[in-house]
Amino acid sequence: MAKFTKKKSGELPAVNTASLPDIVFMLLFFFMVATVMRTDTLMIENKLPFADQVEKLDKKDLVMYIYAGKPHSRYQQKYGSEARIQLNDKFAEVSDVQQFIYSERESKREELIPYLTTALKVDIETNMGLVSDIKQELRKAEALKINYTTRIGDVTKN
Amino acid sequence: MAKRSAPEINAGSMADIAFLLLIFFLVTTTMETDRGISRKLPPIPLEDIVPPIIKQKNIFTVIVNRNNDLLVEDQLMQLQDLRMAAVEFLDNGGGVGEEACTYCQGPRDLSSSDNPEKAIISLVNDRQTKYGTYISVQNELVAAYNFLRNREAQRLYGLDYLKMEKDYNDVNYRGNKEVLKERLDEIQNMYPQKLSEAEPKG
Repeated sequence: MAKFTKKKSGELPAVNTASLPDIVFMLLFFFMVATVMRTDTLMIENKLPFADQVEKLDKKDLVMYIYAGKPHSRYQQKYGSEARIQLNDKFAEVSDVQQFIYSERESKREELIPYLTTALKVDIETNMGLVSDIKQELRKAEALKINYTTRIGDVTKN
Repeated sequence: MAKRSAPEINAGSMADIAFLLLIFFLVTTTMETDRGISRKLPPIPLEDIVPPIIKQKNIFTVIVNRNNDLLVEDQLMQLQDLRMAAVEFLDNGGGVGEEACTYCQGPRDLSSSDNPEKAIISLVNDRQTKYGTYISVQNELVAAYNFLRNREAQRLYGLDYLKMEKDYNDVNYRGNKEVLKERLDEIQNMYPQKLSEAEPKG
């Protein structure tokens, strides 16, 4: 008869931990590819208008963003329902735009400063009064290269 | 029955699953880039600059009021007609002698612009105009310039003007950038973007 070794009953085999590194790398790669580059949280409604004569803004590090529009419904109690400007993550006034441009320029390298452009991401329902105030401030700060951010589409849908 | 140990799960294909997931996300994620109409603002003029005298026929007035109506040369116009009207104005070439335009293909109306280098489009908004309408008007005017520049680029060099610009700004462009810049400048001087925006009223 073959020899049967007596197994101690009730003992579970040890968990094979050979694939634990694989799990760790899988998690790591998943987060590496799934995380998004940090963008500013918009506290305003920002439905962009349609246009077709558009250019791509490829170099994101050479772009300064100015957002404008009505505050989101959850901020409306605190900030009202008039169109406002948002710079980085906070609401701002028209008079803050010049200072914002200067501080953005400080944070970039000297030789890149002439290539900086300002992206105006303005909600479609905003009035031109606010937008032209922003443009006037940009002219005073000599930030003359601007880009009106739009979606691609037929202009009649505006 | 005596209790048997459960067979161990073969964990050898966990790595395969990991790589499959990795490749799937590598292939499907996109980096969204913004797109928009690029413009250049005019610098703030110095105090003592006197604006030059311009003939009325060389100015194409576009007024947008608070009800988002379009008034072109004091006549109501629909948005879809703006592009053609602007092209007709810019390409008119009504000038004679020194101011004649050799490359214009327009109607040569004496009451419209002399040549594209003198043609100015003046845009006036109201403070209550909707931004969407403003962008539509900007889009149509920029489209008019691009249409004319494209036409000249095709006629002179058989190339698309917008593609030429993109190539010039492309870091990986192989061809001769000096020649490209010269050509771009030539076409831009044929139809310079003289778009003047006044302070909005109201």
